[in-house]
Amino acid sequence: MAEPRVFRMPSLGADMTEGAVLEWFVKPGDRVHRGDLVAVIKTDKADIEAEVFDDGVIGELLAPVSDEKLPIGTPLATIYDGDDATPAPTSAEVVPPPTAEVVPPPTSAPPPSPPSAPSPPSAPSPPHPRPSSATIVLPTAEAGRIAASPYARRRAAELGVDIGSVVPGRPGHPISADDVERAAAGAPVIAPLPVDQASAMRRAIGNLMTRSKREIPHYYLEDDIELAHAMAWLAHYNERVSVEERILPAAMLYKAVAVAAREMPALNGHWSDGTFVPGDGVHLGVAIAMRGGGLVAPAIRDADKCSLADLMIRLRDLTARVRGGRLRASEMTDATITVTSLGDRGVRAVYGVIYAPQVALVGFGKVSERVWAADGGIGIRPVVTATLSADHRATDGLLGARFLSAVTRHLHHPEDL
Amino acid sequence: MTTDPDRAIRSALASIAPEADFDDLAPDVDLQETLDLDSMDFLNFLIALSQATGVQIPETDYQLVRTYAGCRDYLVRHMAAD
Repeated sequence: MAEPRVFRMPSLGADMTEGAVLEWFVKPGDRVHRGDLVAVIKTDKADIEAEVFDDGVIGELLAPVSDEKLPIGTPLATIYDGDDATPAPTSAEVVPPPTAEVVPPPTSAPPPSPPSAPSPPSAPSPPHPRPSSATIVLPTAEAGRIAASPYARRRAAELGVDIGSVVPGRPGHPISADDVERAAAGAPVIAPLPVDQASAMRRAIGNLMTRSKREIPHYYLEDDIELAHAMAWLAHYNERVSVEERILPAAMLYKAVAVAAREMPALNGHWSDGTFVPGDGVHLGVAIAMRGGGLVAPAIRDADKCSLADLMIRLRDLTARVRGGRLRASEMTDATITVTSLGDRGVRAVYGVIYAPQVALVGFGKVSERVWAADGGIGIRPVVTATLSADHRATDGLLGARFLSAVTRHLHHPEDL
Repeated sequence: MTTDPDRAIRSALASIAPEADFDDLAPDVDLQETLDLDSMDFLNFLIALSQATGVQIPETDYQLVRTYAGCRDYLVRHMAAD
């Protein structure tokens, strides 16, 4: 009998180091196919439905359902070749180079990458994976069991207060009747994430950002981009379409970044094992704040190729799913460059921390009216400050400057975006 | 479609800020600031309002609907006009 293959704790995002098996969808003897969802993995940021990357029959579940966190790569189950017509994937012959059957972690010290595909974060590429089948359940304010005293629950029912919206007065303690009455009297409108989820989110962000600042020699550039024509063009466009089809300035800024990233591939990809690996397309990570705290930066695949209207639809969809709590596993690992925009929060500029293993992050501040000198005169124009944080191992400032110039150029011709 | 502006506003806000407590929302505070809505949330709010009431609020009127009261007046005026 052939050596069994091993399903291991997958890496679902650069900020994940360990996960717990929350649920198994399969049991020994079950036949599985590549892309089948086999388990729910709990990470610091989300509960993720994990796919298997082999065809075969489940031999043994090595990791029982438990809260215990297991490092990436920990064997979770064995998979034997089936004896029916299902052809074994070719990787089965390479006996066990451990992580060959799981998503290679896009983190430090990646294993000798099995196939030659130059796309570190995606799966080994035999048949068509089913990225859309794996979904991520993000923590939301309502998620999880709510700890509250029975009296608090009764008071909540009497007062018509949603217990899920009540913030415990003492963090980490169950909700008390006092908390309920305070909520009924109208204290805070925004409920933060429950304490344990919020701190897990902070920890996940902290780990990723610490690693980025430790490993990546950042350099920073900034430029002011005059947007008079772009904003007028956009206003004119939005006047003629229904409210559902309106395009936000952010979509226009992001599209300009995506096109510029295609033109300057040295900023679009991953730093892996001491070298730069260009992206297999421009998959634009978009930093999206989660309601109640924290953020995620899921990717819009091939953002440079969608029309502006299409990019806006995808951005809306992605934002809705971040806020509503469901993302796909592939969206968490695919990004080749990230954008962040804090303009709605009123700041002029944002100097971002690069999401390792990416090599560049573009930040936009608020689009505001500023005094602007042009053509020998002074005027008042809408202007946005764009910044580039880039990895000095991968590029130099000169290339970064050319990149920001390209973003400016594209924003001066919004009709071509 | 609904003809009740309060209901339309509440359900539109609930769809984008499910954790918000609208009973305590003063009529004259800035909705975006108070409920921490970014421009994407605000656009989704307007889309939900349009789907509920048939009233499409153009970008040039955004400053009229920044508060609950402003939004309510706007809807009443434009629903009546139809």
